[in-house]
Amino acid sequence: MITINKSGIGRGLKEAVEKLSGVDGDVCLQCKKCSSGCSVASLAKTRPSEIIRLLHLGAGEELLTSDLVWMCVSCETCSARCPMGIDVAGVIDALRSLALQRGAPKPEGNMPLFNKAFLKTVEVFGRPYDIAMIAAYKIGTGKFMNDTEKFPAMLKKGKIALLPAMGVDCATVRRIFKQARKNRGRRS
Amino acid sequence: MKYAYYPGCSSESTARDMNRSTLAVAKKLKLDFEEPKGWTCCGATAGHQTDRLLGIALSAANLAKVKDMKLDMVVNCAACYNRMKTANYEISSHDAVRQNVRDAIEKDYDGTVRVRHLLEVLLEDIGLQTITKSLKRTLSGLKVASYYGCLLVRPPEIIKFDDPENPKSLDRLVTAMGGVSLDWPCKVDCCGGSLSLSRTDVVVRLTETIIDMAVRSGAECIAVSCPMCQINLDMRQQDINRSYGKNLRMPVLYITQLLGLCMGLSPEELGFEKLMVSPADVLKKMEVNSHE
Repeated sequence: MITINKSGIGRGLKEAVEKLSGVDGDVCLQCKKCSSGCSVASLAKTRPSEIIRLLHLGAGEELLTSDLVWMCVSCETCSARCPMGIDVAGVIDALRSLALQRGAPKPEGNMPLFNKAFLKTVEVFGRPYDIAMIAAYKIGTGKFMNDTEKFPAMLKKGKIALLPAMGVDCATVRRIFKQARKNRGRRS
Repeated sequence: MKYAYYPGCSSESTARDMNRSTLAVAKKLKLDFEEPKGWTCCGATAGHQTDRLLGIALSAANLAKVKDMKLDMVVNCAACYNRMKTANYEISSHDAVRQNVRDAIEKDYDGTVRVRHLLEVLLEDIGLQTITKSLKRTLSGLKVASYYGCLLVRPPEIIKFDDPENPKSLDRLVTAMGGVSLDWPCKVDCCGGSLSLSRTDVVVRLTETIIDMAVRSGAECIAVSCPMCQINLDMRQQDINRSYGKNLRMPVLYITQLLGLCMGLSPEELGFEKLMVSPADVLKKMEVNSHE
């Protein structure tokens, strides 16, 4: 059963998603090609076609807290196969941005924290910096031991950069982050 | 032929072997690669998942640098390639996006730099005939499952690379090198990409399906052209074996590593020592001596 909650963090979500993604989900035929091809549909509770349907019905909070929003791997299969040309992956991107902006509860696995840790090092160094990113992510999750067994082999094989890259145009990157923040402020 | 070569950030960490083999193969083919000065991160998956402008502008900053170089941009990382093409598409289709990007990078970039994947340069600019002539040894009938993943082929209306459901670029190279390119159903499936650390369970499940299918299709190795695919398929086999009680040891190689070997380069020159699953059986079949 579909229940709709239009209040709280979900207020005006349909319009916000349409504005951010430029996608008109109302043309969806519910053919479910997106769900059939979805890489993670068998693992998530919600299917991509349900996301588009919920959006059409004017749903709010349940979309921002759907597990698919952060389990989606951005493989773009849904968008590529939609007969109506709906950029489903673009809708999911917009939902992720709005979930962050509106403070939706953190999902299992903490993808937002990983993205934040990754982007923070990009903002500071111009390119991602492995050691700082992994440290920030692990401190955030509190799960220090996950994957640590691979560290010695990865270090030995030079798969983790120990030092940040040099000679990078950091000034432009910082300006981009600043402008993106300013833009978000203007929207909300 | 001269190109602006965008190495991508993986080339400095998990995919040094991709970078090393790309440059070695390029040198053999007399391709002149020049890095854009001070190049920066394309924003990757984290960028566009967080903020649309952030994702586009981070890529556009590099495209604007290449615009000044008056060259085509060549990229080997499928993820960077995808982001660069998306930025071009968004900037040239929406004036508002172009304006926002201009405010962010303080340059008016028009979205017109030609972005090429290394495979396109190899197949279109150089051609299979020239490549075949440059080979010193063959893959000796090695059975190769060519794996393209997502970002090289999707979304098709933006990326316009090969056939989005059944691409053949890697297969054509494998065949030209004297390998057997396998017809298998996971060519454009997803490895889980950037969920590797945050949802390892999802990545283990997705990579298990892909590698298991490669095994059942008779593959002796998987050939890739994306650092995300490579690290997920290569590094997660240990986790798959533990989680699913399997004994997988499928070598996952960059196409440039295979190409370099056939051009007579040594495994060391192509970064073979960086692979997690040993490529010893591949080298043995090709009768290549490695110092390892």
